[in-house]
Amino acid sequence: MQRFYEVMFIVRPDVQDEDLDKLIASFEATVTNGGGAVRSTEKLGRRKLAYLVRKFSEGNYVLLTIDADGALVSELERRLRVTEQVIKFITVRMDEEQKRLDKIKAIRATRRKVSSEPAAAAPLAEAPEAPAEHAQASA
Amino acid sequence: MSDETTQKAPAASGPRSAGPGAGAPASGPAGAPGGRKFFRRKKVCKFCTEKIDAISYRDVNLLKQFVAERGKIVPRRLTGVCTTHQRRLTRAIKQARNIALLPFAVKY
Repeated sequence: MQRFYEVMFIVRPDVQDEDLDKLIASFEATVTNGGGAVRSTEKLGRRKLAYLVRKFSEGNYVLLTIDADGALVSELERRLRVTEQVIKFITVRMDEEQKRLDKIKAIRATRRKVSSEPAAAAPLAEAPEAPAEHAQASA
Repeated sequence: MSDETTQKAPAASGPRSAGPGAGAPASGPAGAPGGRKFFRRKKVCKFCTEKIDAISYRDVNLLKQFVAERGKIVPRRLTGVCTTHQRRLTRAIKQARNIALLPFAVKY
């Protein structure tokens, strides 16, 4: 059962770019080796942290969206915890949220279709229907 | 004693009848936090009107509007957010706090 997760982690600000890329590649490899799939990787760049984390006030934010199952996520989190360069991480489960959003979009799409047809179809449909109903009602 | 009770009863039913009569939500007299008796004008939920579905912990600018100066989450009677969105907002703010995008507490 593949679920959709977002993993955001912060890497210390004093790592080099290539080390950062190596780190990200190693985490991606963990995911793919464990049977998951990486949907996207985003480097959000260096940001100021809202509070001191391990005496750092800045950090490199990285966002990974992955499809994985629970065991793989535990493994990934274990690795994140062990890696010394990663100072904070959070995993958020997004599949239920995605389902809800898709449902809303689907409802909106059907609603729009019904309301965007009206220009031609509905008045024509309504015109013959109305006299037909009147005829039936009177008869 | 009986005079006190009779006086209190009409006073209590007064604003209550004025509430639905004016068409405002029941947060008029009930939601008077500082002891104000008349009601606030209807505040609309920003997420409902703008049809924002997903409140992500990542958009700090949106979340910052609902966080006070000291970093505390603003109650929904002040911001006018509806319950479902307030719950999602709270969840997002707490997630953002965990990932150091928002502070837990700001020192004065």
